[in-house]
Amino acid sequence: MNRTTDTIIAPRRLRLGPDDKPVIFAAGFVLLILLVGTGYTVYTQGNAPLLQPQYLLQQLQVGSFLGIVSAGLMVVILLGHIDLSVPWTLTAAAMMATAVGGPWAIPAGIGVGLLVGIVNGLGVAYLRVPSMIFTLGMNAVMRGLMVAHTGGFAPATAATDLMQYLAVSRIGGVIPVALLVWLAVSIVAVAILTRTTLGRAIYAIGNRERAAYLSGIDTNRVILIAFALSGAAAGLAGVLLAGYSTKAYQGMGDAYLLPAIAAVVIGGTNILGGRGRYLGTLVGVILIVLLNSVLSIMQMPEAGRQIIYGCVIISMLLVYGRGGRVTG
Amino acid sequence: MSDTVLTPTAAEPQLKTRRWGEGLGLRWRQHAGILGALALFLGLYLFYQLNHPRGFTGQILIQNANEVFALALVSMAQTVPVLMAGLDLSVGAVMTLVGCVASHLVDGSPAEIALGIVVCIASGAACGFVNGCVVVYGRIQPIIATLATSAIYMGLALILRPTPGGKVQEDLSWAVTSDLREFAATFGLFDDGEAAWLQPFAWIPVPLVLLALIIILIWVPFTRTVTGRTVYAIGSSESAAYMSGLPINRAKLAAFTLAGLFAGLGGLFLALQTSSGNADIPQAGAYTLNSIAAVVIGGTSLLGGTGSAIGSMIGAMVLRTISFNFRIFDVAPLLQPLFEGIVLLAAVSLGGLKLLRLKNKLEVFR
Repeated sequence: MNRTTDTIIAPRRLRLGPDDKPVIFAAGFVLLILLVGTGYTVYTQGNAPLLQPQYLLQQLQVGSFLGIVSAGLMVVILLGHIDLSVPWTLTAAAMMATAVGGPWAIPAGIGVGLLVGIVNGLGVAYLRVPSMIFTLGMNAVMRGLMVAHTGGFAPATAATDLMQYLAVSRIGGVIPVALLVWLAVSIVAVAILTRTTLGRAIYAIGNRERAAYLSGIDTNRVILIAFALSGAAAGLAGVLLAGYSTKAYQGMGDAYLLPAIAAVVIGGTNILGGRGRYLGTLVGVILIVLLNSVLSIMQMPEAGRQIIYGCVIISMLLVYGRGGRVTG
Repeated sequence: MSDTVLTPTAAEPQLKTRRWGEGLGLRWRQHAGILGALALFLGLYLFYQLNHPRGFTGQILIQNANEVFALALVSMAQTVPVLMAGLDLSVGAVMTLVGCVASHLVDGSPAEIALGIVVCIASGAACGFVNGCVVVYGRIQPIIATLATSAIYMGLALILRPTPGGKVQEDLSWAVTSDLREFAATFGLFDDGEAAWLQPFAWIPVPLVLLALIIILIWVPFTRTVTGRTVYAIGSSESAAYMSGLPINRAKLAAFTLAGLFAGLGGLFLALQTSSGNADIPQAGAYTLNSIAAVVIGGTSLLGGTGSAIGSMIGAMVLRTISFNFRIFDVAPLLQPLFEGIVLLAAVSLGGLKLLRLKNKLEVFR
C-alpha cells in the first residue's frame, strides 16, 4: 500500500514524504487511544476488552459504514469539492432498498445513491454551482422526497436477507462480512486513485482545474464521475446500515456526514483538494471509530464527547494539517 | 449603503481585478445580487400578504420579524468569513451557546440583566475570536477549524443546559419581540409610547429596528475601515492583499470575531424570544446550513470578494418568507421540505446562466 499510493504525490524514497506524516501520526494516535482506553478499563473493571480481537472486529464492523461513506467522500474532497448530501442520500438508499425488496433491493439502493450523485455532479460540473450549496439543496430535496414517501414515519418494510447477511454475518463466526465489503470498497478506491487516469485527473483537478483542463482532461466529466462515486458509496453504506438495523428509519444518515469529513481530513487529505492518500482516510476512520467506542466505554456524556471530538480534530491538524503562509 | 468596495483608496487592489465596465455599469453589477434578492423577497412577501386570510396587520408583521431575526443575524455572521473565501460552520453552535448563556444570566435586577447581556455578547465575540485564532495562528482551513470548534461550543452549551430550560426576564422578552409602542410602554419611555411624535413609527416591530441598528452601527462602519476592506481584498486574492501590505491577520481575526458577535446577538434574541435556552444540536446544524443558503441567495459569492451582510439579511428573509407562504397555502407539512429544497436548488441553478455569457472557456474555472 505504501509504495502504490506514493506514486502520484510523494517521490519514491525511504525518507518520510509529507504525505506519510498524517498517516503515521494518526496511527500513533489510534495506539494512544487504545492505551488510554485499556488503562481505564483495567483500572475500573480489571479487564481489557479493547485489546480482544473479537471486540476490535465488532468495532470495525460498525465502523465499516463510516469507512465506505468516507471512501466516497474522499474522492470528492480530493477534487476540492464537498458532498453535503450524504445523510439523506444514505437514508434514501436504505429506504428504497427496503421498499423494493427481493433480489433488486441492493441494486435499487446503490442506484438511488448513484442517481443523486449524478445530479450533484451535473449541478456542480455543468451548472458550476458551488458544491457546498448544490449538495446541500440535494440533501433537502432527498429529505423532502423521503418524508413525503414515508409520511414522516419509519417505513414498515424490512431489509432483505442478503442485506442482513452483508451487514451482520461473520464468516466462520469471526470475520464480519461488512468488513470485507469495506475492504473491497477500499481496494476499488485505491485502484481508482492510483492506477487509473481517472484518479490522476482527480488529483490534477484538485490542484488546479484550469491546468487540468488545458492539459486535455474533460474536467466536467471527471467531476460528474467523482460525485457519482460518492453517491454510490453513500448508497451502499445506506443499504448495509439498513441491513444492520433490519430496517430503514428517518435520519439514519445524520450521524455520518461530519465524522466522515473529520476522518478524511484527519487522514491528511487537504480539504481544498489535490492532496491525500487513501491509507490516511482508512486510519482516520479507525481513529474516529475507536475514539467513539472508548468514550462510550468511559460513559462520557454527550457534552464531553463533543468537546473531546473537537479538540482531537484541531490538535491533529495543528500537528500536520497546517497550511503555508501566504507570501504573495 | 453597501457600495463599500467602491469608495476610497484601500479598495484599489480589488477594483483592478474587475473585468467589465466602469462607473454605473460596475455599480449595477456589484449590487445585482442584492437587488435581485430584494426583488425576490418583495415579490414573495407581497404575495404572502395579499393572500393572507386576515390581510395585513401589525401583528403578522411582528410575528414575521421575530421569526426572521435569529436567522438573519446568523446569516450576517456567515457572510463575513465567506467574504474572505472561508466558511464558518460554527455560527449555529455559537448562537446556541450564547442562547444557553442568556438563559442563565439575563434575569434579575436591571443591573444584572445589563451585565448578563454584556456577557452574552462578549462570549459570542470570544467564540468568534477563538475561531479566528485557530485559523490565523493554527493555519487550519476555516471550514474544518470551525467544524471542530462548533463541536466544542456545542459541548459547552450542553454543559450549561443539559435539558432545555432556564428563564429570561419577561418584560425584556416582551419588549424586544413586539412593536415600538409596546417597547416604550414596557420601559415607561415617551409617555408610555403614547408620545405624538412616536405614533407614525409605533407599528414598527422592534426586531426590525434592532436589525437596522446592527447594520448601521456595526456592519457599515466595519466595511469602511481598512480592516473591513481587507476582508474583501483577501476574498479577491489573498496574495495580492498581502503584497499590498494589508493587515491580513488582523482582518481575519476581526472577521471571525465579528461573525461570533453577530451569531451571539442572534442567540441572545432567540433566548429572549423563546424565554429559555436549549442546546439543540440539529437546530444548530439547521441554522448553520440555512445561513449558507441565505448568504448565496443574498448575492454573496462563496468564492469570496463580493457581497454584503445586508444581502444575506435579505436572503434570510427570502428563506423565511418561503415558509410563511407554505403556512397560509396549507401545503401539506410533509411536502414542505421538498419544496424548500427545490426552491433552493432552482435559485442557485439560475446562477448557471451566467456561464452562457462567458467569452473564454477558462473563465469557467473562476
